[in-house]
Amino acid sequence: MAEEVVLLDFWASVFGMRVRIALAEKGIKYESKEEDLRNKSDLLLKMNPVHKKVPVLIHNGKPVCESLIIVQYIDEVWNDSSPLLPSDPYQRAHARFWADFVDQKVYDASRRVWRTKGEEQEAAKKDFFESLKTLVRELGDKPYFGGETFGFVDIALITFYSWFYVYETYGKFSIEAECPEIIAWAKRCMQKESVANTLPDQKKVYDLLW
Amino acid sequence: MAEELKVFRTWSSPFALRVVWALQLKGVPFETIYEDLSNKSSLLLQYNPIYKKVPVLVHNGKPLAESLVILEYIEETWKQTPLLPQDPFERATARFWARFGDDKVLPSIWNVFIKQGKEQEEAMVTAQGSLKYLEEELRGKKFFSGEKIGLVDLAFGWIANLVDVFEEVKGVTLIDHENHPLLLAWKQNFMDAPIIKESWPSRDKLITKYHAMLEAYTAKEAAAK
Repeated sequence: MAEEVVLLDFWASVFGMRVRIALAEKGIKYESKEEDLRNKSDLLLKMNPVHKKVPVLIHNGKPVCESLIIVQYIDEVWNDSSPLLPSDPYQRAHARFWADFVDQKVYDASRRVWRTKGEEQEAAKKDFFESLKTLVRELGDKPYFGGETFGFVDIALITFYSWFYVYETYGKFSIEAECPEIIAWAKRCMQKESVANTLPDQKKVYDLLW
Repeated sequence: MAEELKVFRTWSSPFALRVVWALQLKGVPFETIYEDLSNKSSLLLQYNPIYKKVPVLVHNGKPLAESLVILEYIEETWKQTPLLPQDPFERATARFWARFGDDKVLPSIWNVFIKQGKEQEEAMVTAQGSLKYLEEELRGKKFFSGEKIGLVDLAFGWIANLVDVFEEVKGVTLIDHENHPLLLAWKQNFMDAPIIKESWPSRDKLITKYHAMLEAYTAKEAAAK
């Protein structure tokens, strides 16, 4: 049976980008349907009735929702090449923990950085850098969070890089100045085709919000 | 080498209870360490420096935190009594519902319990919306995972024992026969299941604990105004 893979997405979604990187890493052919988030398609509402959000991966007609769940699904189904998660259970748990940390800490703080002002924004900036510095400690002197190879945690975090100009401009700070190791790691990831071909230009993301 | 397995928990944490259930269902022996969260042990802080919370699983000296992460580790390490299906699509669906429970159902039910006035009303609307999805998800099934208890049931376990504690302490109704007959049937089946039924924390102690928590929170909010 021919594989039918459809991705419902929005070009600037950090979550959608994770799925696109995973699909590219595995060399999976898919059809991309761009959603207008102010006017969601019937297909999106049917495939993700609970959250009504992108990304949704539709594989042979069946929907998978939530970006990290989709990435794990892709890794389990297309398991003959380019593993995204380690094979050792403890290392896998470690990867899941840190990917979840990105969702729990980085995502929340980054949103508040560009959406709030004054005291709230100062608190958001502090949280944002604290979460990045925690990740830097976890990275240590490894080239990637996955060790020698790009993996699950790298995928979870790198997509936020496309929004760095937004955070820096609204937050009035330089991420390179505060956290150069994250920039070094991000530039390393950007050398990978799957990442460079997926992440939109930082200025383009900024213009979206303007 | 002998397996060394420790679980750091509190008597009441519903998240730690998931880990306890998973290990007991799989027949895996472990040592329990009870924490007093007002006076955290140096070991807990060493093993979970990021969140400083329970549960923590320590397997042959290697620590893991976050209950859903721990459950997947347990599933991959001890293959007997599987808690997740083999099929990748069904696994993704199970993970989806487990996350939905923690990200949406729990916070809205918690807000119904802890908040007042308009915030409480809005939380109730959200909670009822979430509970409706759970009710639908149970159609034709005894447990969320099918005929047998699985990861999703363990993730929703707090619904079986804590919701009616919240209802009693706060004087609200969250789950009722008219709107949630399947959820109530699930609750009964889950509460009475072997192994599960032996580990419930004392209901009286929970009532006392949450009563005190609600009083303290309400007083703090009133003082802040």
